[in-house]
Amino acid sequence: MTKKVGSQTVKLANPPVLISAAAVVGPMEGQGLLREYFDYIYSDNICGQASFEKAERHMVQNACYLALNKVQKIPKDMDYFLAGDLLNQTTTSNFSAVQLEIPFFGLYGACSTLAESLSLAAMLIDGGFANYILAATSSHNCTSERQYRYPTEYGGQRPPYAQWTVTGAGAAVVAKEGTGPRITCITTGKVVDMGIKDPFNMGAAMAPAAAKTLIQHFCDTGRAPTYYDLIVTGDLGRFGHDLTVQLAVSGGGFDLSQNYQDCGVMIYRPDQDTHSGGSGCGCSAVVTYGYLLKEMAKGTFGKILVVATGALHSPTTFQQGENIPAIAQAVAIEQ
Amino acid sequence: MPMQNPKHKQRSQEPTPEQKRYIEMVNRQKPKPPVFKNVVLAFLFGGLVSIIGQALTFFYMQVLDLSPVEAGGPVSATIIFIASLLTGFGVYDKIAKYAGAGLAVPVTGFANSMTSAALEFKREGLVLGVGSKMFVLAGSVIVFGVFSAMLVGLISALI
Repeated sequence: MTKKVGSQTVKLANPPVLISAAAVVGPMEGQGLLREYFDYIYSDNICGQASFEKAERHMVQNACYLALNKVQKIPKDMDYFLAGDLLNQTTTSNFSAVQLEIPFFGLYGACSTLAESLSLAAMLIDGGFANYILAATSSHNCTSERQYRYPTEYGGQRPPYAQWTVTGAGAAVVAKEGTGPRITCITTGKVVDMGIKDPFNMGAAMAPAAAKTLIQHFCDTGRAPTYYDLIVTGDLGRFGHDLTVQLAVSGGGFDLSQNYQDCGVMIYRPDQDTHSGGSGCGCSAVVTYGYLLKEMAKGTFGKILVVATGALHSPTTFQQGENIPAIAQAVAIEQ
Repeated sequence: MPMQNPKHKQRSQEPTPEQKRYIEMVNRQKPKPPVFKNVVLAFLFGGLVSIIGQALTFFYMQVLDLSPVEAGGPVSATIIFIASLLTGFGVYDKIAKYAGAGLAVPVTGFANSMTSAALEFKREGLVLGVGSKMFVLAGSVIVFGVFSAMLVGLISALI
């Protein structure tokens, strides 16, 4: 029996369950709009560590143990650990895996890693290859800004469409059986290059990928956007959100205006001076594992579609004048 | 300041009609920076730096008994010191956010670009971190500054 529907979507035969999740964030996110939903808020960006890289690692491990503790599990109970982050050679994930001692797959999907890790975890479980999987995603403002842009203390003006990399980590335990919302459908995106070159304009680079994955998801499943109580994209920001709404109409005639939001817009208060909103792997991770799953448990949302978007460029490709390719991965989570 | 290699830019592929349409759509809709506000603030902050520089010039002329030209050296050094100190305290970037070109164009911008890079990479050690990464942003200014100074010097020596 094939589980594939349409050209890019799979419908899981026995939908795996998100039995537990945890989100930890830095101080700035802790002052944002969703502060009461996070499991742990660090009082500073360095988290008591010797470097920001170690701080990011600390956040990942903290999120993993918090998620495991909620269902009284230990790392040994997990069959696989799937993790990804933004740093070169995904060091945060690799080094975190040393401590956890769980068979490990390292992922890189830039900011789409949240949905990428959930997609693969759900497929592994539904395929019968695992019973429990730990999936983690993280980003840190101070580690990624220095890699992608400027030193943190460099003084300059950012364009109004620029975004702010979220400091945060999210982890979830996906299981074959249990209580919690289930991952029912997965639409895997294709890499899209729409000719955007400006590394400050991530929203514009990723919006076409988000729109294409969304349209493909609706076509493959036969669902309308209103099937979901909420559709969220990962980190398009205000400008990218607006572009996605337009592209969904022009590309497939789908009206997203009713129930579509963006994690990057949801996380910060408008007066926090982040310009277009949040970005980074951590953005969709902490909003999904913090806010969305907790609201689902309360019954606010029954069915959500999480579309995490990633800009797949590097400082090298940018300096050599290449476009910014982007990807979007969609995961349907239903109560 | 992230700079693209212009040579590569020319060589890179021409956008497809679909990409062209999308780029035009993005450029049409993208939020515009508040140019007027930025220009006014840049004028005020740049002016403030200049006033401080002038005051310091008078100060060094009086105290050290220097000519206006000779006072230029200690004045630049003092301004560089202040900008670097503010960078170290984590204040500079908060002011520069409003000041924009007003702080980026004077020597303060140069001081900040070096100090911020030195701070950022101090965990990579003195040699591979601070020593080599300090010039990550300022390096090209030094290279082309020295080169143009050499050219101008050569021309002035010939005429």
